[in-house]
Amino acid sequence: MINKTVANVSDALKGVEDGMTFMLGGFGLCGIPENAIDELVRLGIKDITCISNNAGVDDFGLGLLLQKRQIKKMISSYVGENDEFERQMLSGELEVELTPQGTLAEKCRAAQAGFPAFYTPAGYGTQVAEGKETREFDGKMYVLEPAFKADFAFVKAWKGDEAGNLIFKGTARNFNPCMCGAATITVAEVEELLPAGSLDPNQIHIPGIFVQRIFQGKNYEKRIEQRTVRMRQ
Amino acid sequence: MLDKNGIAKRIAKEVKDGYYVNLGIGIPTLVANFVRDDISVEFQSENGVLGMGPFPFEGEEDADVINAGKQTITTLPGASFFDSALSFGMIRGQHVHLTILGAMEVAENGDIANWKIPGKMVKGMGGAMDLVASAENIIVAMMHTNRAGESKLLKRCTLPLTGVGCVTKIVTNLAVLEVTSEGFKLLERAPGVSVDEIQAATKGKLVVEGEIPEMQI
Repeated sequence: MINKTVANVSDALKGVEDGMTFMLGGFGLCGIPENAIDELVRLGIKDITCISNNAGVDDFGLGLLLQKRQIKKMISSYVGENDEFERQMLSGELEVELTPQGTLAEKCRAAQAGFPAFYTPAGYGTQVAEGKETREFDGKMYVLEPAFKADFAFVKAWKGDEAGNLIFKGTARNFNPCMCGAATITVAEVEELLPAGSLDPNQIHIPGIFVQRIFQGKNYEKRIEQRTVRMRQ
Repeated sequence: MLDKNGIAKRIAKEVKDGYYVNLGIGIPTLVANFVRDDISVEFQSENGVLGMGPFPFEGEEDADVINAGKQTITTLPGASFFDSALSFGMIRGQHVHLTILGAMEVAENGDIANWKIPGKMVKGMGGAMDLVASAENIIVAMMHTNRAGESKLLKRCTLPLTGVGCVTKIVTNLAVLEVTSEGFKLLERAPGVSVDEIQAATKGKLVVEGEIPEMQI
């Protein structure tokens, strides 16, 4: 067993620098690497590029890094419901590369799986395809999209073991598995870190080979963005 | 004239037994409330769930179980969770039978715009570009006109496109229309709405053939 465990979040983030590109898992506030984000805020590193489906909300998630002007560029699919993001984007303070959600996921997966690029029909004939190579297959048009390149991937899982194997919960899975192994160094934070052998190998979502560092996360807030409920009859 | 629930109720009739269906944010989300309970349908949400159920009872919300609108949800027996790449594999690979989404504009050639108003508002496309580029059956749920009273059914979209030539059907507060090579073919009128009223609210080419029935909802 190759042990991937590090003691805490500051050891897990050793080597992060100004100007780097990071992948961050999560959909809205669901399944975001809360501990890694807090540490990036604390370290105060600047001019970073973040690949993340959303940018949190004004006062949580990646919104915290936006507030401190630590982010130079966001690569995301959706920025609605985040006023500060929209304001910085419209004023030109923040560079934003809006990417269709499936393309965003696949650009991560391609990096993980060793594909330099792939063709997708998403965005053909729109602003997203401007300046990109297009090609016809069986009478349908596709756009060539390159894989992402990133320095660190920060992901959050439900359970993990010392070997770096990960299991996700519910829709907190989202982009997290796609980002594992898609950057030079993948850092996984987990709600429950267990000894090797504790997890059933049949149930592993992401094998430890895709993870360089794993640590026991703390104080998960798991904020709910839209609390919707129904009445009991 | 229909309200948002009326539009959702009419669209629910397009959902057939055995369908996997992706519902967008807004009016499309309401469609799930009106699907007949004697057919088997599974709702997909692109953030990674198939077999979505109703909202949870108060106190039973789980921050780790949401839909693409970031609303807390439940799952039904037979549900599954998966990652974003697999989710869009389902969509791109055309395993999802029906996509229902909102729009700011639809053109008579089936183009759709729903993610950006230059200089004013940018929400982002989310999964909409992937959905409209791949789905074979795309129904748009929207109001026939915008807040300023201008038609949203146009000859050509004026806003940045989400997808080209992809919309198959449109259900609005006034009508059900099909996108054809001739233009917007009027299929049904909303209760109490005349063909003339629909014509007046439609800027793109409206094709009216014979008697247009009133919607049955």
